Amino acid sequence: MSTANMIGQLASGMLATCEIFVLTLVFSLPLGLLVAFGRMSKIKPLQFITKLYISIMRGTPLMLQLLVVYFGPYYLFGIKLSTGYRFTATIIGFAINYAAYFAEIYRSGIQSIPYGQWEAAKVLGYTKNQTFFKIIFPQMVKRVLPSVTNEVITLVKDTSLAFVLAYAEMFTIAKQIAAAQTTMMPLFVAGLFYYIFNLLVAGVMEYLEKRMSYYQ
Amino acid sequence: MNLLEINHLKKSFENLDVLHDISLSVKEGEVVAIIGPSGSGKSTLLRCATMLEKMDEGELVYLGKYAVKNGENGKAVYAPQKELKEIQGYFGLVFQNFNLFPHYSVLKNIMDAPIHVQKREKEEVLQEARSLLKKMGLEDKETYYPCQLSGGQQQRVAIARALALNPSILFFDEPTSALDPELTGEILKVIRQLAEEKMTMVIVTHEMAFARDVADRVIFMDGGYIVEEGNPKEVMEHPKEERTKQFLARFSS
Repeated sequence: MSTANMIGQLASGMLATCEIFVLTLVFSLPLGLLVAFGRMSKIKPLQFITKLYISIMRGTPLMLQLLVVYFGPYYLFGIKLSTGYRFTATIIGFAINYAAYFAEIYRSGIQSIPYGQWEAAKVLGYTKNQTFFKIIFPQMVKRVLPSVTNEVITLVKDTSLAFVLAYAEMFTIAKQIAAAQTTMMPLFVAGLFYYIFNLLVAGVMEYLEKRMSYYQ
Repeated sequence: MNLLEINHLKKSFENLDVLHDISLSVKEGEVVAIIGPSGSGKSTLLRCATMLEKMDEGELVYLGKYAVKNGENGKAVYAPQKELKEIQGYFGLVFQNFNLFPHYSVLKNIMDAPIHVQKREKEEVLQEARSLLKKMGLEDKETYYPCQLSGGQQQRVAIARALALNPSILFFDEPTSALDPELTGEILKVIRQLAEEKMTMVIVTHEMAFARDVADRVIFMDGGYIVEEGNPKEVMEHPKEERTKQFLARFSS
């Protein structure tokens, strides 16, 4: 197999990896906010459920969670799903796992905002929604950005776990080629790909941090 | 007419009684200073009056409208949310530690609530914000962010922010306690100016000389009670109560 051929095959895997990455963030970043609300809610049962959810998501391997999301519907409820569900299951698995981590990051961010900000907004007549979205949320984003960067970088590498559902993301393909051709080259290329991907992620996040550094 | 009326206010935290039966009224144009040692309940009184803290018993009335009434069981009952929202607009509060919004520029700090809470025209609000900044001596600072300003400047922005909503009564919770003596002077000057313009104000303060000069009435609190109140010169120079004498003795030297 020529190097060009190999790169070509890997490239299709890279696209799949990017897809997992982007879709996971699209779903887990907002979902995490909802979970954080539940976790901070005054309604005890809601608080308990979200706490349990976070505890399970953080306390069990992501690989296992992916398997449960994929095989669960059949083995637990007897629902037969097409093989197309493979991709959906991957995204659901990643999104609900990352949402739990993001929720805790958001919570720490929200709770680090001085209470005086809420009080000032209340006295000025802002509604609770206005206070959260105009006053608290932007300050929270600034504070949690470094922690979110950590998670996002981890996600880039975690996408390789999609192999358990035999979803053909890049690392799965790299391993297949490496085994068939008995060469380390594809794995090396894969490593380089993850590294460059994360370099980009770190660059973007640094840019965002800089953009928000106009205030303290 | 009384802009503010507080009747038989009681408040406790857990089992600690912080305010016992406080009654207080403030007339239009009046400047009331509340003095007293730490832990006397002055700030809690202000926080109950501005509805940041829920009162246990008593009544709270702004411009004749009841925010809190005594219920049948003697417990405080708050008016429906919609009425409270309206009453909220009657007063403003200036905090000890400013509580400006750090991600908003000076101008946005002042303009945002009038535009998004009171739904006023942006142009009109901008003009008013600019004239308030001028009054505060900050006309060249409108694009600055709070972290770029001194404590005294931040507090003046906070006062402008409160005034931009055109409140009928303005509360100050130890407005100079986070500032050094020089910056304290800046703020006192601004409050003095507001007093001359007949702004109705209730000021919790540790600045005794200021309270005596600016206030129309001074209230001395201790242990959750109003111990003495009246004309500032009388209360501060010839206090009747032993506790007031004790407290004031520390300042006259």
